[in-house]
Amino acid sequence: MILVVDLCFKPRSLSKYEFVDPIAAIVRRAGFDCEIHHFTELADDLIEGADRIILCGTALKDDLYARRIDQFSWIRDLDKPILGICAGMQVLAAVFGGGIVPQPKIGLEAIDIVKETDLLGPPRRIEGYHLHNFGVTLPQGFDLVAGRPGEVEAIKHADRPVYGIIFHPEVRNRWIVERFDALLLE
Amino acid sequence: MLLGVLFSGGKDSVYACRRAMETDSISCLITVVSENPDSYMFHTPNVVWAKLIAEAVGIPQLTWPTAGREEEELSDLSDAIAAAVDGYGIEGVVTGAIESVYQAARVQRICRELDLWCYNPLWQIDQLEYLRLLVSEGFEVIITGVFAYPLDESFVGARIDGPLLEKLEALRDRYAINPSGEGGEIETFVLDGPIFKKRIEILRAEKTYENYRGRFSIEEARLVEK
Repeated sequence: MILVVDLCFKPRSLSKYEFVDPIAAIVRRAGFDCEIHHFTELADDLIEGADRIILCGTALKDDLYARRIDQFSWIRDLDKPILGICAGMQVLAAVFGGGIVPQPKIGLEAIDIVKETDLLGPPRRIEGYHLHNFGVTLPQGFDLVAGRPGEVEAIKHADRPVYGIIFHPEVRNRWIVERFDALLLE
Repeated sequence: MLLGVLFSGGKDSVYACRRAMETDSISCLITVVSENPDSYMFHTPNVVWAKLIAEAVGIPQLTWPTAGREEEELSDLSDAIAAAVDGYGIEGVVTGAIESVYQAARVQRICRELDLWCYNPLWQIDQLEYLRLLVSEGFEVIITGVFAYPLDESFVGARIDGPLLEKLEALRDRYAINPSGEGGEIETFVLDGPIFKKRIEILRAEKTYENYRGRFSIEEARLVEK
């Protein structure tokens, strides 16, 4: 089961249709079981029962998740694949000691993949949809996978299957979610 | 949260409004009326009749004119939204955008400048599943414009129902058209639905069609009891 975590400011918000359901739809269309739960309603057995976890994005004006980082401490010792999208990547960065910094960007923009990973593939330029007020500083123990130090587009933990992307893969990059669903792990 | 819905009277703005009504309070429907029939941002056919839908659902409507020139449309939209903040106290904006990054990014930027929330509750929805939802939930949607091959005259003024969905699905499979018209192939108007307290009856309309471009222009309509 893939656990899709809703990071919006409240459970069952209007934003869920926009930031959570499209990700769950990609997972289901790829043939995987999926459960959606809000970050304030995650029980331990739910996290333990998940094979993979996706942390979704939020509306531009929504920053509650950044003020509730303590609710994501379970991520630090997680031993399973996790993908953070936009707000989700900001949460990953904060949990692992990086920073959440003002860095607004809206619209389709070029993304330079600078390090090969099993998720994003070899270095090249792709285009992605950005919708964020905040970016991240690279946490210790993570590699910069796309972008540059002042404008981090994607990160990966050096030793663990922990991935973050600041752009929204549901627009023109569904393959990233599909590839995460199907990653073969060592 | 008090929200304003960008509202044309087409199915996407009506269904976005329905979803927003389930979670938040809708203070007003914001209708930008473009003088340009090829408006980049705003649905034009029959938009003047959106006032009947506003009345039917019982939500105040704020109408705002625009000359419909490409980038001026955006400042006109921004002015309309700012007027909704002043007049109706809205804290956020709802749009019916499904896949148009062009539209969605522009509205997001306006909302950011005005410090408003922005919601797109149909974003990336599967278009056929969405049309099935509209039909199953009892929305009466008619096609008021077709603008692409191979949409023939039979679509102009037609009601979206089960058989028409099958035709659209077949055309999607064969010609890759967007079945809900997100690519501008189809425009629609909603006559009735579960959020309507009254329904709209069309008394007179003019139909035109030539070379895979057709319009169903409502000339006279009224609200009737359901």
